[in-house]
Amino acid sequence: MNAMQLLDLLSENPRATVTDLADILGESLEEVEKTKKSLEDKKIICGYHTVINWDNTNVDHVDAFIGVSAKPQRGKGYDAIAERLAKFPEVSSLYLVSGTSEFLLSLNARTMREVADFVGDKLAPIEGVTATVTMFVLKKYKVNGVTMNIPEEVLDDRLPVSA
Amino acid sequence: MRNYDELLSSAAKQMRPSGIRRFFDLVSEMPECISLGVGEPDFQTPWDIRDAAVHSLETGRTKYTANAGLKELREEICHWLYRKYGLRYASREVLVTVGGSEAIDLAIRALVEPGDEVIIPEPCFVCYDPITTLTHGVPVPIAAKAENDFRITAEQIEKAITPKTKILVLGYPNNPTGAVLHHEDLEQIAAVLKDKDIIVLSDEIYSELTYGYRHESIAAFPGMRDKTIVINGFSKTYSMTGWRMGYAVGPEPLISAMTKIHQSCIMSAPTTSQYGSITALKDCDDDIEYMRRQYDIRRKYCVRKLNEMGLKTFEPRGAFYVFPNITGYGMTSDEFCEALLQEKHVAIIPGNAFGACGEGFARISYAYSIDHLREAMKRIEEFLKEHREVK
Repeated sequence: MNAMQLLDLLSENPRATVTDLADILGESLEEVEKTKKSLEDKKIICGYHTVINWDNTNVDHVDAFIGVSAKPQRGKGYDAIAERLAKFPEVSSLYLVSGTSEFLLSLNARTMREVADFVGDKLAPIEGVTATVTMFVLKKYKVNGVTMNIPEEVLDDRLPVSA
Repeated sequence: MRNYDELLSSAAKQMRPSGIRRFFDLVSEMPECISLGVGEPDFQTPWDIRDAAVHSLETGRTKYTANAGLKELREEICHWLYRKYGLRYASREVLVTVGGSEAIDLAIRALVEPGDEVIIPEPCFVCYDPITTLTHGVPVPIAAKAENDFRITAEQIEKAITPKTKILVLGYPNNPTGAVLHHEDLEQIAAVLKDKDIIVLSDEIYSELTYGYRHESIAAFPGMRDKTIVINGFSKTYSMTGWRMGYAVGPEPLISAMTKIHQSCIMSAPTTSQYGSITALKDCDDDIEYMRRQYDIRRKYCVRKLNEMGLKTFEPRGAFYVFPNITGYGMTSDEFCEALLQEKHVAIIPGNAFGACGEGFARISYAYSIDHLREAMKRIEEFLKEHREVK
């Protein structure tokens, strides 16, 4: 079966069940299951995520981006330090980037205090980390392709029947 | 009370009213219905195009353009047609119009004398016949056959040609059937027209929406460039129906005559839309590809579902319609579509709205999300089951 079409459908709707996908693509359940599994095994599909706007809940939530300056290690480059940074469960994304710092990581926490503790107690003491710059998120407008806190576009205002 | 009927021109009165109109009224009274009746894409216009249009407004581009359209836009149209279909035109052979529809109107008005015949392969888009009538021309419908996958044949065209034939309309990829003409079909049609002074009005508005088949323009065939007016536009390719942007390309004398009419009735196509369209042609190939992929999934889904539930449906290779055969339920196309609407609140269009030979068929548009299509197909299946028992 056409794996590209399966990816298209799942990127539009990750909640689509195997039954849905089989129906849409005209494939057997087994075939869809197998292809999906293989895409997951090959790490082409790396996860299925829910985009939550915590601002609309009563739950305390703080996001921050942190630029981390770091020194590479002989023979390992930045990978060893990246591996350590990635271990922290509160780190939701981690990238090696060009620019003023080496890493950009995003952090999910409950309070500003937690962010400060993370930086002071966990991040800055890591050997090889030379400086950090913390940017607190003040308002979110777009997360993983989903817009929030801005007016939504008209979905479908077509005439019901046209030539 | 004035008798307005006496005041109206006979040509205006004779124009065939759109077969879709009656159905539109029925559907409008049923806001809850699931429609599969649209003739336009569901995607938003790609943001880059909208951004370019907004920028043009911000920088004060709010005046008329040249009658034929912005020079830069016409040049980009030439590049695009060459890049896509190997067509070679100069910017003076391009006229930018208010949608493809205006280009069709201008071409017919520029060419047709009273009594001239216009060959129209049906089923087809609804405007060729009434515009021909309005210009006192004579529409000559010929019927594309289901057994030939709704491709009109050179033989059928040859039989319809008389000394009065002025125009042959070719609307492929086709609305409402989704049919495309193959290379050999076009070759044979070109051969039939070889020694004849007949102009081909090639409406290629769906040219970028083809599946597993690359569109070819008849104007690219030997000897055909001089007698073809190619019509295309932005509505379907870039999901820009509301922008009203189309164009015609063809031999300069024909394009200038069309431009003269356009000058009097339109002046110039909307300036904001023209600026957006430049960006569409230059930067939006990826958007076309994305939309085509989505349509393709839906197309295969609809064809399979309809055939499984017993409506014989050929696999269309273009546009975003499927055209199932609905005979076998003891109903005409009108009756079938009306019953489906009343009983299951699903709107599809009777095939005869696109020409008499569309009787026995219905047009289903798949320019909808897959979830919308699945719900509609479920209801159509229920409808068929209930009516099969009655039969």
